[in-house]
Amino acid sequence: MTIHSTSPAFKRNAHNALADKQLQQALGNVRAGFIDKRTQAAERLPEFEALRDSARDIKNHVLAHLDLYLEHYETKVREAGGHVHFARTTEEACATIVEICKAQGARTVTKGKSMVSEEIGLNAAIEAAGMEAVETDLGEYIIQLRGETPSHIIAPAVHLMKEQVADDFRRIHTHLDADRDLTQPEALLTEARMVLRKRFLEADVGITGANFLVAETGTSIIVTNEGNGDLTQTLPRVHIVIASIEKIVPTLEDAAQILRVLGRSATGQDMSVYTTLSTGPRRPGDVDGPQAYHVVLVDNGRSAMLGTEFEDMLRCIRCGACMNHCPVYHAVGGHAYGWVYPGPMGAVLSPSLLGVDKAGHLPNASTFCGRCESVCPVRIPLPKLMRHWREREYERHLAPATFRYGLGLWAFFARRPALYKFATGLAMPVLGYLGRKAGRFAKLPLASGWTDHRDMPAPQGKTFQAQWRERGGRTR
Amino acid sequence: MPLKPRPRVGLFVTCLVDLFRPSIGFAAVKLLEDAGCHVTVPAQTCCGQPAFNSGDRVDARALALQAMDAFANVDYVVAPSGSCGGMMAKHYPELFADDPNLAKRAQDFSAKCHELVSFITDVLGVTSVTAQFPREVTYHDSCAGLRELGIASQPRKLLKSIEGLELTEMKECDVCCGFGGTFAVKYGEISDSIVRKKTENIIGSGAPVLLAGDLGCLMNMAGKLTREGRVVEVRHVAEVLAGFTNEPPIGAPKESGA
Amino acid sequence: MSAREDILSNIRRSLGVTGREEPRLSAMQERLKSAPRGVVPMRGQVSGEARVALLRAEAERVAASVAEVAQPQDIVLEVARYLREHNLPASLRMGADARLNGLDWSATAIEVSHGPSAGDDLNGLSHAFGAVAETGTLAMVSGADNPTTLNFLPDNHIVVLREADLLSDAESLWDRLRATYGKALAPRTVNLITGPSRSGDIEQQIVLGAHGPRRLHIVILRD
Repeated sequence: MTIHSTSPAFKRNAHNALADKQLQQALGNVRAGFIDKRTQAAERLPEFEALRDSARDIKNHVLAHLDLYLEHYETKVREAGGHVHFARTTEEACATIVEICKAQGARTVTKGKSMVSEEIGLNAAIEAAGMEAVETDLGEYIIQLRGETPSHIIAPAVHLMKEQVADDFRRIHTHLDADRDLTQPEALLTEARMVLRKRFLEADVGITGANFLVAETGTSIIVTNEGNGDLTQTLPRVHIVIASIEKIVPTLEDAAQILRVLGRSATGQDMSVYTTLSTGPRRPGDVDGPQAYHVVLVDNGRSAMLGTEFEDMLRCIRCGACMNHCPVYHAVGGHAYGWVYPGPMGAVLSPSLLGVDKAGHLPNASTFCGRCESVCPVRIPLPKLMRHWREREYERHLAPATFRYGLGLWAFFARRPALYKFATGLAMPVLGYLGRKAGRFAKLPLASGWTDHRDMPAPQGKTFQAQWRERGGRTR
Repeated sequence: MPLKPRPRVGLFVTCLVDLFRPSIGFAAVKLLEDAGCHVTVPAQTCCGQPAFNSGDRVDARALALQAMDAFANVDYVVAPSGSCGGMMAKHYPELFADDPNLAKRAQDFSAKCHELVSFITDVLGVTSVTAQFPREVTYHDSCAGLRELGIASQPRKLLKSIEGLELTEMKECDVCCGFGGTFAVKYGEISDSIVRKKTENIIGSGAPVLLAGDLGCLMNMAGKLTREGRVVEVRHVAEVLAGFTNEPPIGAPKESGA
Repeated sequence: MSAREDILSNIRRSLGVTGREEPRLSAMQERLKSAPRGVVPMRGQVSGEARVALLRAEAERVAASVAEVAQPQDIVLEVARYLREHNLPASLRMGADARLNGLDWSATAIEVSHGPSAGDDLNGLSHAFGAVAETGTLAMVSGADNPTTLNFLPDNHIVVLREADLLSDAESLWDRLRATYGKALAPRTVNLITGPSRSGDIEQQIVLGAHGPRRLHIVILRD
């Protein structure tokens, strides 16, 4: 099963996104909301920077010992009465989960929010096997109704205005009074709560992701604000956890370290409302909880990233801070990136998982402003990793020919100072003369990307170095 | 390194300044000489950043070696740009990480590379300038200077020392202007969206003068402002600090009364 | 080769190891055994009156409400008062926790039922295992005493916390869980709850009562 992405069409996607007025309005909320909240949360905690270092170090330690921690984790899950399944590929992961569900005779499967489940296309596999997959996170539920993919890794419906959500609810929840008032978010939330409560209670299997897998105890940890993950994993007979292999942390103490930067970086909350630790199925004497607990560990390209220049990307804790602060994300939103992971982290991760030939636009569409790196709670050097993708592309001649030649031409001259002096000595005074009346050029050949939208200021004329030499300035 | 009585500074003028706006280079020379430096301008071309950011490590390395050779005999290499300054000060060692000899050479070289304004405040200890510019200005923090080199308070300190100058901060002054080198051409529409938010903030500040420390950003913002029909005077901060404000601002006509 | 073997050997190949190296195994064992705490914020490092005040401040910050009572039977009065204040019906569901069942509920008109929630309870009452003052967080453990569903299905959730169980930080909570349940075997579910349920998924506006309780009321027993 091929992973469907529109990342190769990034430029067209971006063009459409820039013209979409509703999207642009919704993206204004991202700029204002998330950024201020994170800043305030960070300022309120003096130890925040030290905790970022601690989180980074824990992740690096785990990655260096990932094989050992996975084995230990597996042992602990089994000791607690759970099952562990390994999946190399998206197909294996989907097949494993579908098999568990079918063995239960499941008809309805509820889902807590899980980006890796989007990555493997799990809902489609569940539906293809004749079962119904119901997203329960409010944002995920909304986009499921719209047949869309999430546009942000923690706020899936951030690209929508409330009027659009109201229209969708009216369209789908036809059993409710057509004249009901849905102008306020409270009304929409109350309706979603009511509709989904029924689905929670009738689900046969509940599938959640995991923010952390604790090796020490074989525990999976989910972090939500709504409580939907908890209802997903407590009410049905079977709880399946799907997580990628790098979610492992060694101890509960390590989880607590990273939890302290996760909420603050994502939404500006010191703690999300519900942080839930699950270990195995229900115990004798428990009156609720699942009878069976399965963990599906997904590789899908991560083991291949270890030991490479992209290894740092495996530290990512999926907080979304990078995209919240990215001027490119603010301009085009998440769907333009064409796949599951948008923004700076998507620009680095998607080429690893999809191939740089498909996702090559993403690491190129960056100004390297560095804001992402400055807010990443585990200090991933995102611009540097994007630059590594550009190096790979350059080596493989994947960059557009015009750019390769243009930059090659520049480098040709720059590497030959005498020729550079000669050529610029001629060209700049001419351009300066041509531009002297207006002070700028409204059109430039080969640079329409610039001049379609802004003027190019004209050069002053003679180059600095030419003038410096004329004045007898010292060159050594 | 302890400060010599007359530090020998090699001015890395940057290709944009060299080709488009030499007045910034002359302003830099004045600021450095006023602060007691012996300034030279070795024959130079490009720091290699466009090649580096485009993934062309071969040309980037060649240009870095060329720059290191050209500036071998100075105590400091100073550039009126956080972007080129950052390239030399932070990224040159990365280019030669695989070669122990060159890596050491690059590290030693990087240690003497600085951006202009932070050099005169942090290294030379300058706290004020004698220039006059009794205008209201707003200041854009260029990304590389801000996030790679920590430049934020230094230009503001010197600007505030100018008698009569009023500094009004714009909203989101530390947010990218959308230039990003080749990004502005390759992804022109997205770059335009970003620079439009920036010009909105510039106009929103009410200041008639825009300053920054990087010519690439300045050309991007000036070009958008003129396309939008806005009248904002755009200059490099070094020009104001050195009192070199007789030149027409960036993007403005040369032959006019203004 | 099984998927498991394949993945583990891929990891080992990428890292350039066999998996049998002593230093690596020791490094892992050491970390699991000693469980270093890392950076613990000063904020929670208070005790006594200050710790209770901190829990109250942090909990109220996230829209939970907090009351303090001096003796166990006062819990009943406080619950009754809370239900009246919010115009809620006088019904309550709770688990088998002896500390709650041992109170005299007949002193009020509250109709008490027992067991996990089936989804139509308005008010639920639980007893916390502990709490973390640093973030205003309650720790609930699964079991017949305080069924997990009571934390999520009722509209209004009231939680009793003994002051002696109020801890400074999550690290102290882990210690207490291990002391109670053993290092490896934890209960099926530990819920760390910080305020009532909420969502910001619609235009970034925070609305309470997404799927879990709309209201969270904490009653601290200071005896």
